[in-house]
Amino acid sequence: MIWLNIVIQGALVGGFYALFACGLSLMFGVLKVINLAHGDMAVVAGYVAVFLCPRLHVAGLWSFLIVVPIFALLGYVVQRTLIQKSIDRDPFTTLLVTFGLSVVIENLLLELYSANGRSVNIGSLIGESWHPASIIYISYVSLAVLAAAVLVLLALQLFLSKSGIGRLIRAVADDQEAAQLSGANYRHVFGIAAAIAFATVALAGIAYGMMTQFAPTSGGVNLLFAFEVVVIGGIGSLWGTLVGGIALGIAQQFGAHINLSYQILAGNILFLVVLAIRPQGLFGRRNSLA
Amino acid sequence: MVGAALLVCLLTAAPWIVPAEFATTLTNFFILVIMATMWNLLAGYAGMVSIGQQAFVGLGAYATLYFAIKGMNPFVAVPFAALVCAVLAVPITYLLFRLRGGYFSIATWVVSDTALLIIGTIAVLGGGTGRTMPGLQSLSPSETAHFSYLATWFVALIVVTGTYFLLRSRTGLVLASIRDNEVAARSAGVNVTAARRSIFIIAAAGCGAAGAVLAISQPFIQPSNEFNLQWAAEMLFVSMIGGLGTIEGPIIGSILFFVLQQTLQQQGVWYLIIVGALAVAVALWQPRGLWGAFRDRFHTELLPVGHWVEYVPSDV
Amino acid sequence: MTEALLEVESLTVHHGQLCAIDDVSFTQREGEVLAVIGANGAGKSTLLRTIAGLHQPTSGCIRLDGQDITTLSVNRRVALGISLVPEGRRLFSSMTLEENLQVGAYHANPGPFDIKRIYELFEWMPGRRKQSVWQLSGGEQQAVAIGRALVANPRVLMMDELSLGLAPIIVEKIYALLPEILAQGVSILIVEQDVSQGVNAADRVHCLLEGHTSMMGTPAELTSEEIDRAYFGAGLHNLTADSGVLE
Repeated sequence: MIWLNIVIQGALVGGFYALFACGLSLMFGVLKVINLAHGDMAVVAGYVAVFLCPRLHVAGLWSFLIVVPIFALLGYVVQRTLIQKSIDRDPFTTLLVTFGLSVVIENLLLELYSANGRSVNIGSLIGESWHPASIIYISYVSLAVLAAAVLVLLALQLFLSKSGIGRLIRAVADDQEAAQLSGANYRHVFGIAAAIAFATVALAGIAYGMMTQFAPTSGGVNLLFAFEVVVIGGIGSLWGTLVGGIALGIAQQFGAHINLSYQILAGNILFLVVLAIRPQGLFGRRNSLA
Repeated sequence: MVGAALLVCLLTAAPWIVPAEFATTLTNFFILVIMATMWNLLAGYAGMVSIGQQAFVGLGAYATLYFAIKGMNPFVAVPFAALVCAVLAVPITYLLFRLRGGYFSIATWVVSDTALLIIGTIAVLGGGTGRTMPGLQSLSPSETAHFSYLATWFVALIVVTGTYFLLRSRTGLVLASIRDNEVAARSAGVNVTAARRSIFIIAAAGCGAAGAVLAISQPFIQPSNEFNLQWAAEMLFVSMIGGLGTIEGPIIGSILFFVLQQTLQQQGVWYLIIVGALAVAVALWQPRGLWGAFRDRFHTELLPVGHWVEYVPSDV
Repeated sequence: MTEALLEVESLTVHHGQLCAIDDVSFTQREGEVLAVIGANGAGKSTLLRTIAGLHQPTSGCIRLDGQDITTLSVNRRVALGISLVPEGRRLFSSMTLEENLQVGAYHANPGPFDIKRIYELFEWMPGRRKQSVWQLSGGEQQAVAIGRALVANPRVLMMDELSLGLAPIIVEKIYALLPEILAQGVSILIVEQDVSQGVNAADRVHCLLEGHTSMMGTPAELTSEEIDRAYFGAGLHNLTADSGVLE
């Protein structure tokens, strides 16, 4: 029963990790950019929700309806300006710029909001859960987030495989020059991909805010998890991201079960093991990391 | 040359010239110079962007702590701590070198985070809460400040001059060739991986030494301080702003950083925000940094490490 | 006399410090096949890539239908009617045959070529449209690359090293398609290392040697000796106004 609970809780948090990671995966797969500010973007989304909800008289539960579109637009704009400029230089620059942005954002949030934890107010929902068996409590929020993660990944998969723009995105990811020669405005395609990535990260940030408290420095640790998910699951595979998320979640729950302070360490160890034995990840293509 | 010798003498005599608080500031300055020089070596010359060098800062600090607990004089422990870091770096490279680019970078951070967490479980080293460095109790506070300054200054001197000579050596040429065109370097017979590995090990040792003197100068050792990501941010920003790929760059960047930090100290973390924004701006618009711009403008070199290729026409 | 469709005037292109194209000029007329030949490194691919917009020239001018396109982006030039089949095919490896064509069709101009028409041109394609392109043979991949460029309905179709890595019989099949493409109103600019194929297929030939023009003319008036000399560079011949064919 304990093991079942570990698996269930791991899967639940894994759904969140997958949602969080798919934006990172998209940015890297299409734009070839590692966005080191990815985690902080989620935290910013949380703060935006916290800021806007009372002013717009919107319940915390529906905050994503406002914040996600804002972030999609933000993603497009940031890509066409800052990120494109750093891509035009070299991959080095994008790392440095996104890292710099990450530090600036975190400290700016620290100045504006202090280090106290905040959360997205969803009223009494936060405590409610389903109690199917003795020690197994499945919180409704976590379940909803897992469902959202699966839905988002499904929608993303369909979008990429069936739609014209989705095909363009895949084409640009495969071979940017050849896509240009086929008439694609690759900067615009990059912008769309970034918009999607930012939208998912906003959703993840709000989900995080609903499940737990966040603070200006929460972005860092979540970036780490997102990255570990992508490596474990494999770059270039959306379903790999889901599996990777669940694997990480379960590993962490297992570690926490042994000793609460081993939680993150257990995840790190899984990551390092996968890196040592199968660096392309569970579902990744070989050499995709090189 | 004369100017350099004069500067060295001045800086060595500093503790007796300046007040103790300034000595502490200088100590922190030189710690940053060491870290930035090492980061610059990694990123600017070997093309490896690490945001996990604080792993070795922490490991160096804790190695020093360990040796001190075992009875060694902390000052004597410094080179040993650097050695420990160099040794630990070897297996780490085998893991990390499976990744490239941004994934390499984040993996360095994972390594650092893991080191932090592991050290945090070791009770004798203070666990998560930390402990004081033994072996320094016999010294008065101002003596501690002076001696830790001297130790830091000497380590910085060794590290910077060592890097200078390294880059002027054949290894430096090898590194420049890898940086400019890796494929061409490989086909010319350069063992790129071995070169990268040695640089990573050197940088680990350097950061380990920085961590060791950090531990001596701030004798309460705790994981969250020694393994702080902020070291990574500072190394990176300072090297970028000063000028990547030059020896002078990290030094100049460090000077700017400290000036900003001292002036804006009252305003919380604004100095870090400004430095970060400046680093981003530099990366986008003036990637050669302050020193690079100055060098281009005035055509001067303080510590030249570049190579010019001269065309010598043959007599045929 | 048909109007000039594509004009390249005094084009100079550098790769860093290396001069890849040095003061090259030529004109492509509507409805003709122009072959640019030359040895490896002569600058042929750079020429096509610059016309397509992937490189910026150091100096010189490129005009399509009289309009200066020298500074336009790659996708703008595709919209105006220039399509390049790049060297090495460069298909989208994670996608199927049909998806590759669909990408080409997404920004297509109106015209005679659509995916259906491509399937008529290459009868073997419809049966394998759901296959991933990495499962296709070299010749089949080349066909898909041509189809992908054609489906955009270009005015000028540029093809870089069609024959590279392909068996001669496959190369012949591909060259046999050219008249059909021409018949639909598409002008063709091919770059070839294989001199005989290039010269046979062409209405006019332009030879590059180390980045500059070494010879221009029609196949009829060029002896194979002259072509060899222009190709390999022994004793440079510059047939200019004397040959009577150039503007």
